[in-house]
Amino acid sequence: MKITKKIVGLAAILAVGFTTTATFAADTIKIGEINHYKRMAAFAGPYKQGIELALEEVNNAGGVLGKPLEFIFRDDQGKPGEAVKIAEELMTRDGAVMLTGTILSHVGLAISSYAGEKKYLYLASEPLADALVWAKGNDYTFRLRSSTHMQASMLAEAAAKTDAVKYATIAPNYAYGKDAVAAFKKALTALKPDVEFVAEQWPGLFKIDAGAEVQAIERAKPDAIYNVTFGGDLAKFVREGTTRGLFEGRKAYGLLTGEPEYLEPLKDEAPAGWVATGYPWYDFKDGANKVFVDAYQAKFSQSPKIGSLVGYMTVQSIAAGITKAGATDTEALVAAFKGLDVDTPVGKITFRKQDHQATMGAFVGTIAVEDGAGRLVDWSYKKGEDYLPSDEEVKKLRPASN
Amino acid sequence: MELIFAQVLTGLANAATLFLVASGLSLIFGVTRIVNFAHGSFYMLGAFIGYSLMQVLPGMFGFWFSVLLAGLAVGVIGVIVEICVLRPVYKAPELFQLVATFGVILVIQDLALLTWGAEDVLGPRAPGLKGIVRIFGEPVPKYDLAMIAITPFVLFGLWYLITKTRVGVLVRAATQDREMVGALGVNQAWLFTGVFFLGSAMAGLGGAIQLPKGGADLLMDFNILASIFVVVVIGGMGSLPGAYIAAVLISVLNVFGVSYLPSSTLVLMFVVMAVVLMVKPYGLLGREEVAGEHGQVGEPERPIKPAGPKVRLAVVVLLAALTLIPLFGSSFLSVLATDIIIFCLFAASLHFILGLGGLVSFGHAAFFGGGAYVAALMVSYANTPMELALLLAPLGAGLLAFIIGWVCMRLTGVYFAMLTLAFAQLLWSLVFQWDEFTGGDDGMVDIWPAKWLAGSTSYFYLTLILGVGGILFLRHVAHSPFGYALRASRDSSRQAEATGINTKRVQWLAFAFAGAMAGIAGGLFVFSKGSIFPTELEIARSFDALIVVFLGGVKTLSGAVVGGASLEYLKDQITRFEYWRITLGIIIIVVVILAPEGIVGTARKVGERLGWVREQEGLR
Repeated sequence: MKITKKIVGLAAILAVGFTTTATFAADTIKIGEINHYKRMAAFAGPYKQGIELALEEVNNAGGVLGKPLEFIFRDDQGKPGEAVKIAEELMTRDGAVMLTGTILSHVGLAISSYAGEKKYLYLASEPLADALVWAKGNDYTFRLRSSTHMQASMLAEAAAKTDAVKYATIAPNYAYGKDAVAAFKKALTALKPDVEFVAEQWPGLFKIDAGAEVQAIERAKPDAIYNVTFGGDLAKFVREGTTRGLFEGRKAYGLLTGEPEYLEPLKDEAPAGWVATGYPWYDFKDGANKVFVDAYQAKFSQSPKIGSLVGYMTVQSIAAGITKAGATDTEALVAAFKGLDVDTPVGKITFRKQDHQATMGAFVGTIAVEDGAGRLVDWSYKKGEDYLPSDEEVKKLRPASN
Repeated sequence: MELIFAQVLTGLANAATLFLVASGLSLIFGVTRIVNFAHGSFYMLGAFIGYSLMQVLPGMFGFWFSVLLAGLAVGVIGVIVEICVLRPVYKAPELFQLVATFGVILVIQDLALLTWGAEDVLGPRAPGLKGIVRIFGEPVPKYDLAMIAITPFVLFGLWYLITKTRVGVLVRAATQDREMVGALGVNQAWLFTGVFFLGSAMAGLGGAIQLPKGGADLLMDFNILASIFVVVVIGGMGSLPGAYIAAVLISVLNVFGVSYLPSSTLVLMFVVMAVVLMVKPYGLLGREEVAGEHGQVGEPERPIKPAGPKVRLAVVVLLAALTLIPLFGSSFLSVLATDIIIFCLFAASLHFILGLGGLVSFGHAAFFGGGAYVAALMVSYANTPMELALLLAPLGAGLLAFIIGWVCMRLTGVYFAMLTLAFAQLLWSLVFQWDEFTGGDDGMVDIWPAKWLAGSTSYFYLTLILGVGGILFLRHVAHSPFGYALRASRDSSRQAEATGINTKRVQWLAFAFAGAMAGIAGGLFVFSKGSIFPTELEIARSFDALIVVFLGGVKTLSGAVVGGASLEYLKDQITRFEYWRITLGIIIIVVVILAPEGIVGTARKVGERLGWVREQEGLR
């Protein structure tokens, strides 16, 4: 019986293998998009819609190199091993010319390493880890979104302007949280050498014990709090902190806290007064930002999230890259992405030659509650290039450039 | 001092939810012996249903009514699950039901996403209990006090129900000997259904009552799962007061951990569990499990014998077909086949201790991931050549299994399983936390095979040789005197001891051997992917293997391989669709119901009935 099973299974594998290889539609330019569509549905959904909007626009305008652009969306279940397998399938069987996607940093790193080994181009759209372009950076990986280092430096700049000296930090206990705290500490200490970090809290990701964390921070009596928690952890932390009066008379800085993905679920309990990075789509009066928001709302009847913007800009970057390369082979594309300029809703961004990081910036503002919803007010757009280290420092950070 | 008092209160409030959910799990396990993985899903449903009800029902009355209704609604869902999914498989081998509950998890995840959307929802605050009271000057939320007050009443209510009522007497009787209860004329089926209702309702209640402290999201089902298992095990499986004590212990310790050792949050719980189980092997208030107490469910396993000439011929043909894949298939096909073979070896190594040794391990990923990390660390830090690293992977994993096995061997049954889980979690958090050395969750990247094996074709052949070789070696050991001794220790340890077999030592060695074989799989995995992350050490990874072993057929020799190949291939195909989770979940549930002895076991039976396979000489 075992044998029959095995043979049937094998026959099925072979059959599928042959049929799909045979049906190769060659008249579109295919991009392989790998993401955690189910595991992180709240983030991947708006991101995918941003892609769809941009694809529609690009293809209505005649596509790239005279061919329509096509995305193949694949779910990796949030597992790095799966993502690598899918990457191989997209490139060798489905005829994708390059790879993009992922939100989780470790999955992004797995694809990046694979891309470097197999010489496939990978545009990391959303993962934030600094290692992606620096410590573990390679020739075939580029990153679009402003990294942990950049966003944390923006908040540190705002924090340095106040007279707070004693800081408490709270961040989820994994790489992103640790990077975010380290970057903030480094940037703030450089700007204001007398600051002191009196408490560092490390709740498990999505397993926060908010009451205990609030008590622990209160015990340290800081002047200001730097928050990196997000999602359900943020909601719990904000609620317990507000109930117990933790934020009264204290400054607070929240990394990503102002992004609609995290701010909207909090409704009227959004932590007013926090300085945070985010995306104030509701506040744009004119310009490219407004055009994007209007087009997005017209197509989906939903408000855009930061993920929508990143998805949209991913397609713009890829279209610009292929157009500049004038071809779809990997080496031409890699050469084109180095120093590639792209016009996007947030302005012109450049994929830097020295570390493959795009200069997409972030919106920094103060959270306020208006009409029962959290909003980012008094915001300004901070350009990414102003928060990236100097070329010499990049050389030290990025072994791949040497 | 004031602060410490306030911290204890925080701990007690946290214990409330944990106890409510864990007590349900404990009840269900105590009576039905089902390890209900879907319990976290019931908790999540309770939160979402409670949230929806609170939007409609206003005021203080509405709030508490919503909490109760959410509990009842989830109880009813539990009953539906029990009747439709679990009832048909009670006669299957012990623990087989956990595969069915895994299918339920997948179905509920997609249904919840469809019903409530992807965004997190913030729970409403409890009307009338929004503020704080100052106790010794420290702020304590009123709702915390309410939760602290409610829990003892629930505990008392459950205790009264179980110890003082007729229903409770029947439930306890069924816990001790369900066959006898059946023989005395009690309708077992409805007793089980009733307990399932109560247990699920407790999970739903827990989900709804925590809303003012947080909210509902789609990840909460898995996020609570490990903690409630830990609580149930520390308290002693089936003991309600034990669950309460354990919930309080864990929660209060956690509060102090957060304050005085902030980065301990990942491990604390598992350290406590490991310590408790080493001192009190059956939990704080648990009863020692007597072997055979619950009766061997299902048919006894048949003796195994070496494959006949026909089977051997067929295997040779199959292997020949496999070697042709790179010649006729695409390079992706080689990659997919590589993945499947690696997973099959991993599953087969678990099957060796689970099927032949009768030792259920919930932490087998420790050795798969362990082997992978050994190889990755050697390559990264010692510049070890890939060939040597591949050799060190099983040695490292085997050594790890040798050590963990030594500690775990004192326990049996579910407690053994949970202790292996605890150690796997400890290893996971070590790797996760120690980022200077292991890269934390950013993992280790650029671990590539040597030049001569770099292509997917040559790597496929390497995997084919080592993977299939490993599977055949496991099979060979099963037929060796060591394999006989291992099965003897499983089936009748007393007789085995009497014939001079040191059963504990045999099992210990088998555990280490299985760990080493999982290490080979891990080593192959890391070089095929080029990177390794702590996800390969996660509970979910252990469960992947556990599920395919049961799905394939735990009482057959080839079950793990057939189950592994089928599920891995099915997943590859199904994840291409949008609602793949519900599809996969339903397929698993249907397979479980149609093939309660696993794919191979049931296929063999059908074959015998139709006369294709000779009775008692099935292909195994």
